[in-house]
Amino acid sequence: MSDNDVKDDRKYTKDHEWAKREGGEVLIGITAFAVEQLGDITLVNVDLKPGDVVAAHKGFGTIESVKTLSDLFAPISGKITRVNAELENRPELVNEDCWGKGWMIAIEPSAWDAEGGTLLDAAAYAKHVAESAH
Amino acid sequence: MTDSLRRTPLFDEHVKAGGRIVPFAGWEMPVQYAGISAEHEAVRTRAGLFDVSHMGELELAGEHAAAVVDYLVTNSLARIEPGQAMYTCCCNEQGTILDDLIVYKRASDRILVVCNASNRDKISAHFARAAKDHCELRDVSDALGLIALQGPKALAVLSAAGTDLGNVSEALGAFRFREGKVAGIAATVARTGYTGEDGVEIFCASADTPALWRALMTAGSAFGIAPAGLGARDTLRLEARLSLYGNDIDETTNPIEAGLAWTVKLDKGDFVGRSAIAQVKEAGPARKLVGFEMTGRGIARHGYPLQDGTGAVVGVCTSGGPGPTVGKNIGLGYLPSALCEVGTGFRVDCRGKAVDAVVVKTPFYKRPKAT
Repeated sequence: MSDNDVKDDRKYTKDHEWAKREGGEVLIGITAFAVEQLGDITLVNVDLKPGDVVAAHKGFGTIESVKTLSDLFAPISGKITRVNAELENRPELVNEDCWGKGWMIAIEPSAWDAEGGTLLDAAAYAKHVAESAH
Repeated sequence: MTDSLRRTPLFDEHVKAGGRIVPFAGWEMPVQYAGISAEHEAVRTRAGLFDVSHMGELELAGEHAAAVVDYLVTNSLARIEPGQAMYTCCCNEQGTILDDLIVYKRASDRILVVCNASNRDKISAHFARAAKDHCELRDVSDALGLIALQGPKALAVLSAAGTDLGNVSEALGAFRFREGKVAGIAATVARTGYTGEDGVEIFCASADTPALWRALMTAGSAFGIAPAGLGARDTLRLEARLSLYGNDIDETTNPIEAGLAWTVKLDKGDFVGRSAIAQVKEAGPARKLVGFEMTGRGIARHGYPLQDGTGAVVGVCTSGGPGPTVGKNIGLGYLPSALCEVGTGFRVDCRGKAVDAVVVKTPFYKRPKAT
Protein backbone atom coordinates (compact mmCIF):
# COMPACT_ATOMS: atom_id res chain seq x y z
CA MET A 1 0.00 0.00 0.00
CA SER A 2 1.28 3.45 -0.76
CA ASP A 3 1.31 5.95 2.06
CA ASN A 4 -0.99 8.19 0.03
CA ASP A 5 -3.73 5.62 0.02
CA VAL A 6 -6.09 7.73 2.10
CA LYS A 7 -9.26 9.61 1.21
CA ASP A 8 -9.58 13.39 1.41
CA ASP A 9 -13.30 13.24 2.13
CA ARG A 10 -13.04 12.10 5.75
CA LYS A 11 -11.16 12.35 9.06
CA TYR A 12 -9.02 9.78 10.85
CA THR A 13 -7.91 8.51 14.24
CA LYS A 14 -4.45 7.32 15.14
CA ASP A 15 -6.05 3.90 15.71
CA HIS A 16 -6.79 3.75 11.96
CA GLU A 17 -10.52 4.35 12.03
CA TRP A 18 -12.08 6.80 9.60
CA ALA A 19 -15.08 9.09 10.15
CA LYS A 20 -16.97 10.43 7.17
CA ARG A 21 -19.67 13.06 7.45
CA GLU A 22 -22.72 12.30 5.30
CA GLY A 23 -25.66 14.63 5.95
CA GLY A 24 -26.63 14.30 9.58
CA GLU A 25 -24.65 11.10 10.07
CA VAL A 26 -21.01 10.23 10.43
CA LEU A 27 -20.05 6.85 8.98
CA ILE A 28 -17.29 4.95 10.77
CA GLY A 29 -14.94 2.37 9.28
CA ILE A 30 -11.31 1.32 9.30
CA THR A 31 -8.57 2.34 6.91
CA ALA A 32 -6.72 0.38 4.23
CA PHE A 33 -3.64 0.42 6.44
CA ALA A 34 -5.59 -1.23 9.27
CA VAL A 35 -7.00 -3.80 6.86
CA GLU A 36 -3.56 -4.59 5.54
CA GLN A 37 -2.28 -5.07 9.07
CA LEU A 38 -5.17 -7.36 9.99
CA GLY A 39 -5.15 -9.54 6.89
CA ASP A 40 -8.19 -11.60 5.99
CA ILE A 41 -11.08 -10.41 8.12
CA THR A 42 -13.35 -13.15 9.41
CA LEU A 43 -15.63 -11.49 11.94
CA VAL A 44 -16.89 -8.00 12.70
CA ASN A 45 -18.67 -7.69 16.03
CA VAL A 46 -20.51 -4.47 16.78
CA ASP A 47 -21.55 -4.50 20.43
CA LEU A 48 -23.93 -1.56 20.10
CA LYS A 49 -27.29 -1.22 18.39
CA PRO A 50 -29.14 1.74 16.88
CA GLY A 51 -30.24 4.05 19.66
CA ASP A 52 -27.24 3.33 21.88
CA VAL A 53 -25.03 6.21 22.81
CA VAL A 54 -21.28 5.98 22.33
CA ALA A 55 -18.54 8.26 23.61
CA ALA A 56 -15.46 9.23 21.64
CA HIS A 57 -12.52 6.83 22.09
CA LYS A 58 -14.77 4.13 23.60
CA GLY A 59 -14.87 0.67 22.10
CA PHE A 60 -17.91 -0.15 19.99
CA GLY A 61 -16.92 -3.65 18.91
CA THR A 62 -14.19 -5.92 17.72
CA ILE A 63 -12.82 -7.06 14.41
CA GLU A 64 -11.13 -10.42 13.95
CA SER A 65 -8.89 -11.65 11.22
CA VAL A 66 -7.50 -15.12 10.65
CA LYS A 67 -4.72 -14.28 13.05
CA THR A 68 -5.85 -11.71 15.53
CA LEU A 69 -8.51 -9.65 17.25
CA SER A 70 -8.59 -5.85 17.44
CA ASP A 71 -10.85 -3.42 19.21
CA LEU A 72 -12.87 -0.87 17.30
CA PHE A 73 -13.03 2.60 18.80
CA ALA A 74 -15.55 5.32 18.10
CA PRO A 75 -13.78 8.41 16.75
CA ILE A 76 -16.56 10.68 17.99
CA SER A 77 -19.46 10.81 20.46
CA GLY A 78 -23.10 10.43 19.53
CA LYS A 79 -26.02 8.14 19.04
CA ILE A 80 -25.76 5.05 16.86
CA THR A 81 -28.20 5.43 13.99
CA ARG A 82 -27.29 2.38 11.91
CA VAL A 83 -25.11 -0.71 12.03
CA ASN A 84 -23.86 -2.30 8.81
CA ALA A 85 -25.75 -5.59 9.06
CA GLU A 86 -24.18 -6.88 5.85
CA LEU A 87 -20.88 -7.38 7.66
CA GLU A 88 -22.45 -10.03 9.85
CA ASN A 89 -22.45 -12.50 6.99
CA ARG A 90 -19.86 -10.87 4.77
CA PRO A 91 -17.00 -9.57 6.94
CA GLU A 92 -14.77 -9.81 3.85
CA LEU A 93 -16.45 -6.62 2.60
CA VAL A 94 -14.00 -4.82 4.87
CA ASN A 95 -11.12 -6.35 2.92
CA GLU A 96 -12.77 -5.64 -0.41
CA ASP A 97 -13.95 -2.10 0.18
CA CYS A 98 -12.92 -0.67 3.53
CA TRP A 99 -13.69 2.90 2.41
CA GLY A 100 -17.22 2.14 1.23
CA LYS A 101 -19.21 -1.05 1.66
CA GLY A 102 -17.09 -2.02 4.65
CA TRP A 103 -18.39 0.80 6.87
CA MET A 104 -19.34 -0.41 10.34
CA ILE A 105 -21.57 2.03 12.14
CA ALA A 106 -23.25 5.38 11.55
CA ILE A 107 -23.35 7.93 14.37
CA GLU A 108 -25.50 11.01 14.82
CA PRO A 109 -22.76 13.18 16.29
CA SER A 110 -23.38 15.05 19.52
CA ALA A 111 -20.27 17.21 19.42
CA TRP A 112 -18.96 17.11 15.86
CA ASP A 113 -17.73 20.68 15.86
CA ALA A 114 -15.53 20.10 18.89
CA GLU A 115 -14.52 16.50 18.27
CA GLY A 116 -14.22 16.56 14.50
CA GLY A 117 -11.46 19.11 14.84
CA THR A 118 -9.37 16.79 17.01
CA LEU A 119 -9.31 14.10 14.32
CA LEU A 120 -6.52 13.85 11.76
CA ASP A 121 -7.03 15.08 8.24
CA ALA A 122 -5.90 12.94 5.30
CA ALA A 123 -2.42 14.44 5.11
CA ALA A 124 -1.79 14.11 8.84
CA TYR A 125 -3.09 10.55 8.81
CA ALA A 126 -0.90 9.61 5.84
CA LYS A 127 2.07 10.94 7.79
CA HIS A 128 1.00 8.94 10.84
CA VAL A 129 0.78 5.76 8.72
CA ALA A 130 4.19 6.39 7.22
CA GLU A 131 5.59 6.64 10.74
CA SER A 132 3.71 3.57 12.02
CA ALA A 133 5.03 1.51 9.16
CA HIS A 134 8.59 1.89 10.42
CA MET B 1 14.62 -3.95 19.21
CA THR B 2 15.54 -5.61 15.94
CA ASP B 3 19.19 -5.70 17.01
CA SER B 4 18.62 -8.60 19.36
CA LEU B 5 16.50 -10.58 16.90
CA ARG B 6 18.11 -13.19 14.71
CA ARG B 7 17.63 -13.77 11.00
CA THR B 8 17.56 -17.06 9.14
CA PRO B 9 19.62 -17.47 5.94
CA LEU B 10 16.38 -16.84 4.03
CA PHE B 11 15.64 -13.41 5.49
CA ASP B 12 16.44 -11.58 2.24
CA GLU B 13 14.26 -14.00 0.26
CA HIS B 14 11.33 -13.20 2.54
CA VAL B 15 11.78 -9.48 2.16
CA LYS B 16 12.09 -9.82 -1.64
CA ALA B 17 8.90 -11.90 -1.71
CA GLY B 18 7.01 -9.19 0.19
CA GLY B 19 6.90 -11.07 3.47
CA ARG B 20 5.68 -9.18 6.50
CA ILE B 21 8.36 -9.73 9.10
CA VAL B 22 7.47 -10.11 12.78
CA PRO B 23 9.43 -11.12 15.87
CA PHE B 24 8.91 -14.77 16.73
CA ALA B 25 10.78 -16.73 19.43
CA GLY B 26 13.74 -14.39 19.09
CA TRP B 27 13.76 -14.45 15.30
CA GLU B 28 12.62 -12.12 12.57
CA MET B 29 10.24 -14.34 10.61
CA PRO B 30 7.65 -13.80 7.88
CA VAL B 31 4.14 -14.07 9.30
CA GLN B 32 2.64 -13.84 5.81
CA TYR B 33 3.33 -12.87 2.22
CA ALA B 34 0.16 -12.67 0.08
CA GLY B 35 -2.15 -13.37 3.03
CA ILE B 36 -2.78 -16.19 5.46
CA SER B 37 -5.89 -17.54 3.74
CA ALA B 38 -4.29 -17.58 0.29
CA GLU B 39 -1.16 -19.30 1.62
CA HIS B 40 -3.25 -21.78 3.57
CA GLU B 41 -5.17 -22.64 0.41
CA ALA B 42 -1.98 -22.96 -1.63
CA VAL B 43 -0.70 -25.59 0.81
CA ARG B 44 -4.01 -27.47 0.88
CA THR B 45 -4.48 -27.51 -2.89
CA ARG B 46 -1.02 -27.05 -4.44
CA ALA B 47 2.23 -26.48 -2.59
CA GLY B 48 3.69 -24.08 -0.08
CA LEU B 49 7.25 -23.36 0.98
CA PHE B 50 8.06 -22.52 4.61
CA ASP B 51 11.28 -21.31 6.15
CA VAL B 52 11.72 -23.26 9.36
CA SER B 53 15.44 -22.61 9.68
CA HIS B 54 14.82 -21.09 13.10
CA MET B 55 14.20 -24.57 14.54
CA GLY B 56 16.94 -25.94 16.76
CA GLU B 57 19.02 -28.97 15.78
CA LEU B 58 21.23 -31.10 18.00
CA GLU B 59 23.47 -33.87 16.79
CA LEU B 60 24.44 -36.66 19.14
CA ALA B 61 27.09 -39.15 18.14
CA GLY B 62 28.76 -42.14 19.68
CA GLU B 63 28.06 -45.59 20.98
CA HIS B 64 25.75 -44.29 23.71
CA ALA B 65 24.07 -41.51 21.74
CA ALA B 66 20.84 -43.45 21.21
CA ALA B 67 20.68 -44.43 24.89
CA VAL B 68 21.13 -40.81 25.96
CA VAL B 69 18.31 -39.63 23.68
CA ASP B 70 16.08 -42.51 24.72
CA TYR B 71 16.52 -41.53 28.36
CA LEU B 72 15.36 -37.97 27.60
CA VAL B 73 12.34 -38.66 25.40
CA THR B 74 9.06 -40.47 25.90
CA ASN B 75 8.98 -42.35 22.59
CA SER B 76 11.25 -45.29 21.89
CA LEU B 77 14.24 -45.06 19.58
CA ALA B 78 14.42 -48.86 19.48
CA ARG B 79 11.23 -48.82 17.44
CA ILE B 80 12.84 -47.08 14.50
CA GLU B 81 15.73 -48.02 12.26
CA PRO B 82 18.37 -45.85 10.62
CA GLY B 83 16.64 -43.62 8.06
CA GLN B 84 13.54 -43.26 10.19
CA ALA B 85 12.34 -40.39 12.35
CA MET B 86 9.82 -40.20 15.17
CA TYR B 87 7.76 -37.54 16.88
CA THR B 88 8.18 -37.50 20.66
CA CYS B 89 7.73 -35.51 23.81
CA CYS B 90 10.65 -34.60 26.01
CA CYS B 91 9.53 -34.32 29.63
CA ASN B 92 10.91 -33.28 32.99
CA GLU B 93 10.81 -35.43 36.16
CA GLN B 94 7.28 -34.16 36.86
CA GLY B 95 6.19 -35.70 33.58
CA THR B 96 5.30 -32.37 32.00
CA ILE B 97 6.49 -31.34 28.59
CA LEU B 98 9.79 -29.50 28.08
CA ASP B 99 9.38 -29.67 24.31
CA ASP B 100 8.07 -31.77 21.48
CA LEU B 101 10.74 -33.04 19.13
CA ILE B 102 11.40 -34.96 15.98
CA VAL B 103 14.23 -37.42 16.46
CA TYR B 104 16.03 -38.72 13.38
CA LYS B 105 18.08 -41.91 13.56
CA ARG B 106 20.79 -41.19 11.01
CA ALA B 107 22.71 -44.30 12.10
CA SER B 108 22.57 -46.47 15.19
CA ASP B 109 25.23 -44.20 16.69
CA ARG B 110 24.20 -40.87 15.15
CA ILE B 111 20.99 -39.10 16.18
CA LEU B 112 19.60 -35.75 15.07
CA VAL B 113 17.14 -34.00 17.36
CA VAL B 114 15.01 -31.12 16.08
CA CYS B 115 13.42 -28.88 18.70
CA ASN B 116 11.30 -25.73 18.70
CA ALA B 117 13.13 -22.44 18.23
CA SER B 118 11.61 -21.09 21.43
CA ASN B 119 13.07 -24.02 23.40
CA ARG B 120 16.46 -24.29 21.78
CA ASP B 121 18.55 -23.05 24.70
CA LYS B 122 16.60 -25.08 27.25
CA ILE B 123 16.73 -28.30 25.22
CA SER B 124 20.33 -27.81 24.19
CA ALA B 125 21.32 -27.48 27.86
CA HIS B 126 19.08 -30.37 28.90
CA PHE B 127 20.65 -32.69 26.32
CA ALA B 128 24.16 -31.42 27.09
CA ARG B 129 23.77 -32.40 30.76
CA ALA B 130 22.67 -35.91 29.82
CA ALA B 131 25.27 -36.32 27.08
CA LYS B 132 28.20 -35.27 29.26
CA ASP B 133 30.74 -38.10 29.50
CA HIS B 134 28.45 -40.39 27.47
CA CYS B 135 28.40 -39.15 23.90
CA GLU B 136 29.26 -36.21 21.68
CA LEU B 137 26.73 -33.43 21.38
CA ARG B 138 26.79 -30.55 18.93
CA ASP B 139 24.23 -27.79 18.60
CA VAL B 140 24.14 -27.51 14.81
CA SER B 141 21.20 -25.10 14.66
CA ASP B 142 23.26 -22.33 13.13
CA ALA B 143 24.95 -24.59 10.61
CA LEU B 144 21.70 -25.96 9.20
CA GLY B 145 18.89 -24.42 7.21
CA LEU B 146 15.50 -26.10 7.10
CA ILE B 147 12.80 -25.68 4.45
CA ALA B 148 9.38 -27.31 4.59
CA LEU B 149 7.80 -28.10 1.21
CA GLN B 150 4.18 -29.07 1.83
CA GLY B 151 1.05 -29.75 -0.15
CA PRO B 152 -0.44 -32.26 -2.59
CA LYS B 153 2.07 -31.10 -5.24
CA ALA B 154 5.06 -31.06 -2.88
CA LEU B 155 6.62 -34.25 -4.20
CA ALA B 156 6.07 -33.18 -7.80
CA VAL B 157 7.85 -29.91 -7.04
CA LEU B 158 10.70 -31.78 -5.38
CA SER B 159 11.02 -34.04 -8.37
CA ALA B 160 10.95 -31.06 -10.76
CA ALA B 161 13.74 -29.43 -8.75
CA GLY B 162 15.81 -32.56 -9.43
CA THR B 163 16.94 -35.09 -6.85
CA ASP B 164 19.02 -38.23 -6.75
CA LEU B 165 16.48 -39.87 -4.44
CA GLY B 166 14.51 -41.69 -7.14
CA ASN B 167 10.75 -41.72 -6.84
CA VAL B 168 10.39 -40.01 -3.48
CA SER B 169 6.75 -40.96 -2.97
CA GLU B 170 7.74 -44.63 -3.15
CA ALA B 171 11.26 -44.47 -1.80
CA LEU B 172 10.43 -42.33 1.20
CA GLY B 173 7.58 -43.46 3.43
CA ALA B 174 6.10 -41.24 6.12
CA PHE B 175 8.69 -40.23 8.73
CA ARG B 176 11.51 -41.69 6.62
CA PHE B 177 14.43 -39.59 5.48
CA ARG B 178 17.40 -39.83 3.20
CA GLU B 179 20.56 -37.92 2.45
CA GLY B 180 21.06 -36.89 -1.14
CA LYS B 181 20.97 -33.94 -3.46
CA VAL B 182 18.15 -31.57 -4.26
CA ALA B 183 18.77 -29.20 -7.17
CA GLY B 184 22.43 -30.19 -6.87
CA ILE B 185 22.60 -29.19 -3.20
CA ALA B 186 23.58 -31.69 -0.51
CA ALA B 187 20.51 -32.17 1.67
CA THR B 188 18.63 -34.45 4.01
CA VAL B 189 15.06 -34.96 2.82
CA ALA B 190 12.48 -36.14 5.36
CA ARG B 191 8.86 -37.07 4.68
CA THR B 192 7.59 -34.99 7.58
CA GLY B 193 5.65 -31.80 8.07
CA TYR B 194 3.39 -29.69 10.24
CA THR B 195 0.46 -28.95 7.96
CA GLY B 196 -1.63 -32.10 7.62
CA GLU B 197 -0.55 -32.38 3.98
CA ASP B 198 1.90 -34.62 2.24
CA GLY B 199 5.33 -33.14 1.87
CA VAL B 200 8.92 -33.04 2.93
CA GLU B 201 11.23 -31.08 5.15
CA ILE B 202 14.67 -30.49 3.75
CA PHE B 203 17.80 -29.80 5.78
CA CYS B 204 20.87 -28.32 4.10
CA ALA B 205 23.90 -26.26 4.98
CA SER B 206 23.01 -22.77 6.10
CA ALA B 207 24.92 -21.20 3.22
CA ASP B 208 23.07 -23.34 0.66
CA THR B 209 19.61 -22.55 1.98
CA PRO B 210 18.86 -19.50 -0.23
CA ALA B 211 19.87 -21.41 -3.38
CA LEU B 212 17.68 -24.35 -2.37
CA TRP B 213 14.76 -22.03 -1.61
CA ARG B 214 15.09 -20.33 -5.01
CA ALA B 215 15.39 -23.67 -6.82
CA LEU B 216 12.21 -24.96 -5.18
CA MET B 217 10.32 -21.74 -5.89
CA THR B 218 11.40 -21.91 -9.53
CA ALA B 219 10.57 -25.61 -9.88
CA GLY B 220 7.28 -25.01 -8.11
CA SER B 221 6.05 -22.12 -10.22
CA ALA B 222 4.46 -24.53 -12.72
CA PHE B 223 2.57 -26.10 -9.82
CA GLY B 224 1.36 -22.85 -8.27
CA ILE B 225 3.72 -22.92 -5.31
CA ALA B 226 3.53 -20.06 -2.83
CA PRO B 227 5.84 -19.01 -0.02
CA ALA B 228 3.92 -19.47 3.24
CA GLY B 229 4.48 -17.76 6.56
CA LEU B 230 3.98 -18.48 10.24
CA GLY B 231 0.33 -17.43 10.06
CA ALA B 232 -0.62 -20.14 7.57
CA ARG B 233 1.61 -22.61 9.37
CA ASP B 234 -0.53 -22.04 12.45
CA THR B 235 -3.93 -22.36 10.74
CA LEU B 236 -2.75 -25.47 8.86
CA ARG B 237 -1.41 -27.22 11.92
CA LEU B 238 -4.49 -26.33 13.95
CA GLU B 239 -6.82 -27.91 11.38
CA ALA B 240 -4.61 -31.01 11.48
CA ARG B 241 -4.65 -30.88 15.30
CA LEU B 242 -0.89 -30.77 15.60
CA SER B 243 0.17 -29.36 18.95
CA LEU B 244 1.91 -26.02 19.19
CA TYR B 245 4.43 -25.78 22.01
CA GLY B 246 3.73 -22.79 24.21
CA ASN B 247 0.02 -22.93 23.31
CA ASP B 248 -1.34 -26.46 23.62
CA ILE B 249 1.54 -28.06 25.48
CA ASP B 250 4.11 -26.68 27.88
CA GLU B 251 5.68 -27.36 31.26
CA THR B 252 2.25 -27.39 32.92
CA THR B 253 0.82 -30.13 30.70
CA ASN B 254 1.59 -33.83 30.45
CA PRO B 255 1.53 -35.99 27.30
CA ILE B 256 -1.45 -38.06 28.50
CA GLU B 257 -3.84 -35.14 28.93
CA ALA B 258 -2.49 -33.51 25.77
CA GLY B 259 -3.59 -36.48 23.68
CA LEU B 260 0.01 -37.51 23.10
CA ALA B 261 -0.12 -40.80 25.01
CA TRP B 262 0.86 -42.51 21.76
CA THR B 263 4.29 -40.91 22.03
CA VAL B 264 4.86 -42.43 25.48
CA LYS B 265 6.35 -45.92 25.63
CA LEU B 266 6.28 -46.85 29.32
CA ASP B 267 7.61 -50.33 28.55
CA LYS B 268 10.86 -49.15 26.97
CA GLY B 269 12.81 -48.82 30.21
CA ASP B 270 13.46 -45.84 32.43
CA PHE B 271 13.32 -42.31 31.09
CA VAL B 272 12.92 -38.83 32.52
CA GLY B 273 9.33 -38.34 33.67
CA ARG B 274 8.38 -41.99 33.39
CA SER B 275 6.98 -42.56 36.89
CA ALA B 276 5.00 -39.31 36.90
CA ILE B 277 3.49 -40.08 33.51
CA ALA B 278 2.74 -43.67 34.56
CA GLN B 279 0.78 -42.31 37.53
CA VAL B 280 -1.31 -40.02 35.32
CA LYS B 281 -1.96 -42.88 32.96
CA GLU B 282 -2.99 -45.18 35.78
CA ALA B 283 -5.32 -42.67 37.46
CA GLY B 284 -6.61 -41.28 34.19
CA PRO B 285 -6.07 -37.62 33.31
CA ALA B 286 -8.22 -35.08 35.18
CA ARG B 287 -8.50 -32.99 32.03
CA LYS B 288 -7.92 -33.50 28.35
CA LEU B 289 -7.04 -31.42 25.34
CA VAL B 290 -10.03 -31.56 23.02
CA GLY B 291 -10.98 -30.06 19.71
CA PHE B 292 -14.06 -27.90 19.48
CA GLU B 293 -16.12 -25.95 17.01
CA MET B 294 -17.80 -22.67 17.73
CA THR B 295 -21.53 -23.05 17.18
CA GLY B 296 -22.24 -19.47 18.23
CA ARG B 297 -20.90 -16.32 16.66
CA GLY B 298 -17.40 -15.84 17.95
CA ILE B 299 -13.81 -16.91 17.54
CA ALA B 300 -11.98 -18.62 20.38
CA ARG B 301 -8.40 -17.48 20.96
CA HIS B 302 -5.49 -18.73 23.03
CA GLY B 303 -6.16 -18.03 26.70
CA TYR B 304 -9.93 -17.59 26.54
CA PRO B 305 -11.68 -19.32 29.50
CA LEU B 306 -14.02 -22.24 28.82
CA GLN B 307 -17.25 -22.41 30.85
CA ASP B 308 -19.73 -25.15 31.64
CA GLY B 309 -23.51 -24.67 31.43
CA THR B 310 -23.61 -22.83 34.76
CA GLY B 311 -21.04 -20.28 33.69
CA ALA B 312 -18.29 -21.71 35.89
CA VAL B 313 -14.81 -21.63 34.37
CA VAL B 314 -13.78 -25.24 33.79
CA GLY B 315 -10.99 -24.98 31.26
CA VAL B 316 -8.99 -22.86 28.87
CA CYS B 317 -8.65 -22.48 25.12
CA THR B 318 -5.06 -23.15 24.07
CA SER B 319 -5.37 -22.49 20.34
CA GLY B 320 -8.21 -21.09 18.30
CA GLY B 321 -9.16 -19.29 15.17
CA PRO B 322 -10.90 -19.67 11.87
CA GLY B 323 -10.13 -22.92 10.03
CA PRO B 324 -9.92 -21.77 6.42
CA THR B 325 -10.33 -25.24 4.89
CA VAL B 326 -12.93 -26.58 7.31
CA GLY B 327 -14.81 -23.30 7.06
CA LYS B 328 -15.55 -23.13 10.76
CA ASN B 329 -14.18 -21.38 13.79
CA ILE B 330 -12.27 -24.07 15.63
CA GLY B 331 -10.09 -24.47 18.66
CA LEU B 332 -8.26 -26.69 21.09
CA GLY B 333 -8.59 -26.48 24.82
CA TYR B 334 -8.37 -28.33 28.09
CA LEU B 335 -11.65 -29.50 29.63
CA PRO B 336 -12.38 -31.75 32.62
CA SER B 337 -12.43 -35.37 31.43
CA ALA B 338 -16.18 -35.59 32.15
CA LEU B 339 -16.84 -32.86 29.56
CA CYS B 340 -14.63 -34.26 26.81
CA GLU B 341 -17.14 -36.52 25.08
CA VAL B 342 -17.67 -35.57 21.42
CA GLY B 343 -20.92 -33.62 21.20
CA THR B 344 -20.64 -32.04 24.65
CA GLY B 345 -21.68 -28.43 24.61
CA PHE B 346 -19.91 -25.70 26.57
CA ARG B 347 -19.16 -22.01 26.23
CA VAL B 348 -16.13 -19.96 25.35
CA ASP B 349 -15.73 -16.67 27.17
CA CYS B 350 -14.86 -14.45 24.21
CA ARG B 351 -13.85 -11.34 26.14
CA GLY B 352 -16.95 -11.26 28.29
CA LYS B 353 -19.31 -12.78 25.74
CA ALA B 354 -20.21 -16.44 26.37
CA VAL B 355 -20.32 -18.11 22.96
CA ASP B 356 -21.58 -21.67 22.40
CA ALA B 357 -19.14 -24.36 21.34
CA VAL B 358 -19.20 -28.12 21.04
CA VAL B 359 -16.54 -30.81 21.43
CA VAL B 360 -15.78 -32.44 18.07
CA LYS B 361 -13.62 -35.22 16.75
CA THR B 362 -10.13 -34.29 15.63
CA PRO B 363 -8.30 -33.77 13.37
CA PHE B 364 -10.62 -31.09 12.06
CA TYR B 365 -9.10 -31.70 8.65
CA LYS B 366 -7.80 -34.92 7.19
CA ARG B 367 -6.29 -34.87 3.75
CA PRO B 368 -7.98 -36.95 1.07
CA LYS B 369 -6.27 -40.27 0.41
CA ALA B 370 -3.88 -40.08 -2.51
CA THR B 371 -5.33 -41.59 -5.67
